[in-house]
Amino acid sequence: MTPAHGLRVLGAVAGREVEKFVHQGGRFFSALVRPLLWLVVFAAGFQNVFGVSIIPPYETYIPYQVYIAPGLLGMILLFNGMQSSLAMVYDREMGMMRLLLTAPVPRWYLLLSKLVAGTVLSVLQAIAFLVIASLIGVDLPLAGMLAVMPALVLAGMMLGALGLVLSVHVKQLENFAGTMNFVIFPMFFISPALYPLWKMQESGAEWLYQAARFNPFSHAVELVRYAMYGQLQTTSLLVVVACLLLFFAIAVFGYDPQRGMLRKTGKGA
Amino acid sequence: MTDTHDALLTVVDAAKSYGSRKALDGVSLAISEGEFVALLGPNGAGKSTLFQLLSGLFVADGGDITICGHDIRRAPVMALARIGIVFQQATLDLDLSVERNLMFHARLHGLGGADARRRVAAELAAQGLADRRRDRVRDLSGGNRRKVELARAMVHEPRVLLMDEATVGLDPGSRAALLDQVHGLCAARGVGVLWASHLVDEAEGADRVVVLHRGRVRAEGTPAELVASAGTDSLARAFAELTEGGGRGASDNSDGNR
Repeated sequence: MTPAHGLRVLGAVAGREVEKFVHQGGRFFSALVRPLLWLVVFAAGFQNVFGVSIIPPYETYIPYQVYIAPGLLGMILLFNGMQSSLAMVYDREMGMMRLLLTAPVPRWYLLLSKLVAGTVLSVLQAIAFLVIASLIGVDLPLAGMLAVMPALVLAGMMLGALGLVLSVHVKQLENFAGTMNFVIFPMFFISPALYPLWKMQESGAEWLYQAARFNPFSHAVELVRYAMYGQLQTTSLLVVVACLLLFFAIAVFGYDPQRGMLRKTGKGA
Repeated sequence: MTDTHDALLTVVDAAKSYGSRKALDGVSLAISEGEFVALLGPNGAGKSTLFQLLSGLFVADGGDITICGHDIRRAPVMALARIGIVFQQATLDLDLSVERNLMFHARLHGLGGADARRRVAAELAAQGLADRRRDRVRDLSGGNRRKVELARAMVHEPRVLLMDEATVGLDPGSRAALLDQVHGLCAARGVGVLWASHLVDEAEGADRVVVLHRGRVRAEGTPAELVASAGTDSLARAFAELTEGGGRGASDNSDGNR
């Protein structure tokens, strides 16, 4: 595969995802409504929940909306990562996956193209959310908007890679709802997305606190949160990158023809 | 190109099991340039499994598969570049235009810009679909959708064309037209074709017929040879003789005697 070939494959795969996304106008809308509801409605009731505590990276008192903005960005990335995974399962059921897998391209590169395509969509939605959040008066640092981009890309890729791993093991579309319940909700709630982890600890939920510390999604959120204030959370960066590599490696292994993932074909003609 | 081999595609002793069931049990065959080989077998004979091995979706448990000199296991990318495939199940994006579907494929195969457009236009014209290129695939008949898939399989100018039960669901007219088109590709462009089917009439015009049953090659030869060796008066009878019941001569589960 030449570099030109590689770029064409990436363009074709990413272009197809973006095109499908544009065709399904409702998806963009619903992808934004979810986090905006949290931001506007949920956050309204928790406006002064933090009392007088100031935690890094914040240097002053912040309204709750400002606190959960990174968590909601994470939510967008998480949902979208799972959505890409759903698209993989759909492609497999529709036979499109065969077309991709019989292209003269190494499998890992096809999966990488899928991952990049999904991340592009994730980040575009995250940007749209940031713009709307700023417009409705959430006080987010303008300077941090650029710094947050690489963090969004990395976090989006890590969660997209997790989606790829799941798509290996979810054999049918019907099983997907269950997977969402067992992956999205625990990852989101057992994280600092909605409130800082010391709150969990303070409430005596030590095991939840520990679980959150080892939750890759926690680190995705913290990486984004610090990046918004121009700071680098090194631990989170390392965890996110390590998880990205690990998840991607597992996905490549899962799609290896030696293991054979088109399982239903085992029934013969 | 270094594709100076006699056979475009060779399968030697391919084996594949699912658990304890042998889907393919030592299958060998070869396809030369311009040759139309019909792979005839009843449902469950192992045709689809063989196609999955040929297209690199699975890896064989044993045996070798070579396409234009490239081993599908060791050099899948080189081998896949030389194969065109029409899958049994339709694999078109229904909401995209005919042209966009083919362009997507062209780019997967590394064709860029002008080259891709030229190749896509040529193959659509060859299928008589030039004026449908902007139509959504959803608006096409089943026969035309298959033609689009055949055009797509030829966009990257493969040497070998794999047709996996490609006429399933087509009306008799479309079926005959598709068969004619593919015979035409053999004659005009020297493409080697493996045409899998369970319909005997589709094998009548083949250069060679390979009868697959229960994961094994039961017979191989020209249609006339098969008829003669089976001592019958038609290919249909010969096929029935070879695949019926698993009785006479078709001993199964004789494992380990290869």
